[in-house]
Amino acid sequence: MLKISLSKIQDLFAAIAADEALYIPADNAGQPQFMRWQEGLAMTDALNTVRSAKDFFFPQTENLVSFKIQGKSIEIVDPRTETEDFVVFGVRACDVRSFSILDRVFLVDPKDTYYENRRKHGTLVSMACSRPAETCFCHTFGIDAAEPEGDAVCWKTEDSLYIRANTEKGEKLLEKLRPMMEECGDEAVKAQQEKTHEILGKLPLNNFTTEKFDGDVLLKVFNSDKWKSLSEACLGCGTCTFVCPTCQCYDIRDFDTGHGVQRFRCWDSCMYSDFTLMASGNPRTSQLERFRQRFMHKLVYFPANNDGIYGCVGCGRCLSKCPISMNIVKVAKCLEGEL
Amino acid sequence: MQGMMIARAKELLQNGTVNRVLGWQTGEFVYDITPAVFETAEELDEKFVYNAFCGNNLSKYLVKETKKDGKILVFLKPCDTYSFNQLLTEHRFDREKVYAIGIPCDGKTSGEMVKSKGLSGITGIDEDGDNITVHTIYEDKTFNRDEILEERCRTCKSKKHVAYDELIGEDGEVLDSHRFDMVAKLEAMTPDERFAFWRSQLSKCIRCNACRNVCPACTCEKCVFDNPASGIAQKAAADSFEENMFHIIRAFHVAGRCTDCGECSRVCPQNIPLHLLNRKFIKDIDELYGDYQAGAEVGSRAPLVNYTAEDVEPSIVYHREGK
Repeated sequence: MLKISLSKIQDLFAAIAADEALYIPADNAGQPQFMRWQEGLAMTDALNTVRSAKDFFFPQTENLVSFKIQGKSIEIVDPRTETEDFVVFGVRACDVRSFSILDRVFLVDPKDTYYENRRKHGTLVSMACSRPAETCFCHTFGIDAAEPEGDAVCWKTEDSLYIRANTEKGEKLLEKLRPMMEECGDEAVKAQQEKTHEILGKLPLNNFTTEKFDGDVLLKVFNSDKWKSLSEACLGCGTCTFVCPTCQCYDIRDFDTGHGVQRFRCWDSCMYSDFTLMASGNPRTSQLERFRQRFMHKLVYFPANNDGIYGCVGCGRCLSKCPISMNIVKVAKCLEGEL
Repeated sequence: MQGMMIARAKELLQNGTVNRVLGWQTGEFVYDITPAVFETAEELDEKFVYNAFCGNNLSKYLVKETKKDGKILVFLKPCDTYSFNQLLTEHRFDREKVYAIGIPCDGKTSGEMVKSKGLSGITGIDEDGDNITVHTIYEDKTFNRDEILEERCRTCKSKKHVAYDELIGEDGEVLDSHRFDMVAKLEAMTPDERFAFWRSQLSKCIRCNACRNVCPACTCEKCVFDNPASGIAQKAAADSFEENMFHIIRAFHVAGRCTDCGECSRVCPQNIPLHLLNRKFIKDIDELYGDYQAGAEVGSRAPLVNYTAEDVEPSIVYHREGK
């Protein structure tokens, strides 16, 4: 374990940023978000960013390929340039876990090479939580907020930052930082973890569980008449899906540039009326069906296809941000009564 | 207040005046309140709530709800009644299928608002007159109501109900609200400063469409931005131009119809002060065409869809130096 005084954290950032792009959670016009570090940019005090860290690997929009048309010839152009190495610093335990979920989607055959490329070039430095919020329920999915995964993991105490490597990538990063940090024991970290665990035990969602949901209850859940009241007030906006660290649906569209075609993909939301739109229309014609799709995907379809792993990490963003305050916790609690 | 509302709703359900009640229901925490339709006295007893967190404007749900059979009871805060009237002016729902009860409002706060005061781990709240005590797993903190009100409530334009079948509690007055102060500040900026302000705000947009979907003035059956046949359908703000255009086009589309209910800013997950775009239009309309409040009455002809000989000339743009 290595340690550095918080008063020197800008030096630490400078050392990382000397070789690769560094992103830290900072405040932008009052909202916490990951921003590229430059001298003086300070970390936010907020528990988490509004948008998750998935943006770095699965951006909201990206060009996939373009076609240049000249006469009868079509040239296919791959717009990708060499990806730079980058470090995302201060990712919370919930968000770090989201990558093991996204990896199951994007890194199975056929691999999504756009995502894979960024995963190869990106290093995740996580940050343990010490002040979780009432909306947190990462423990539901076996995540320890005080002991996050990630290539390297940090703990921030009142005056110091502690850091430990978990992977080779993390070791490589720490090798570079070692000269400016001091070796230390893990007593302070252990003490903080103990306190955090105590707080986690007091959180209102401490006992929340999704364990009744799996592929075996698919039809029972799907056909429940509770969906009507659960989805009644849904506005059909995409807030829950866009702030979610694990929502991974996207659309691919062609943009006519006048002298060719730009094929791009962008995040999609199952809440939208034109989600999975086909020649025959949207297969889910009502908001009830679209609303149901999101929760079925996270609580039933995903675990059924992925060894029981749920498509949720309990970050609580949807609990905070939904305009009508409807979310996975309310849905699961309402439906589990039927199982 | 909540008790009186539940009692009256039960009466109206029982005597057959209505068959459904549109209100707010409790959540997991004190602040995560969801609009809901109640059909029985038991449901009302179990879940109906009216407190400082019931910010949702229920008017727009009437478009959907009046397509169903029977009559629905809706509870309207003063500002919601303006949206109610505006929707009626635009023939968006059947008035005959609604029984509206006006309810008083002391201003609303939100979970986000409380959290912006540095509080986390919220477990409860006590309202004692103008004192609101927030309990968290870390600490308890007492606020004066004004301190944690949403911006739209701190600059409340009216405590008067402009539409109702009956009122619970006393009606209030139209207020002198200073709600255009921030717009005036933006107008006083140089064009570069103003552009920088809006770029910084709009660059946060994640294009979730919550502002549009919650807006009582946005009731098009199919939004142009959702219609693949329109040629400008967008699922993402691909660049800064599109980020700007989505919001500016929306503001233009609701100009003269926006009642300034403030739902757009309440629901924005990125806290973009979208209502300022709409307020700029309202302020301009007031200054150029005379005071006009959308939704103050049913059937009024908005200045932008009316012609009078006194209307300003297009050259006003130059006289105002682009402000």
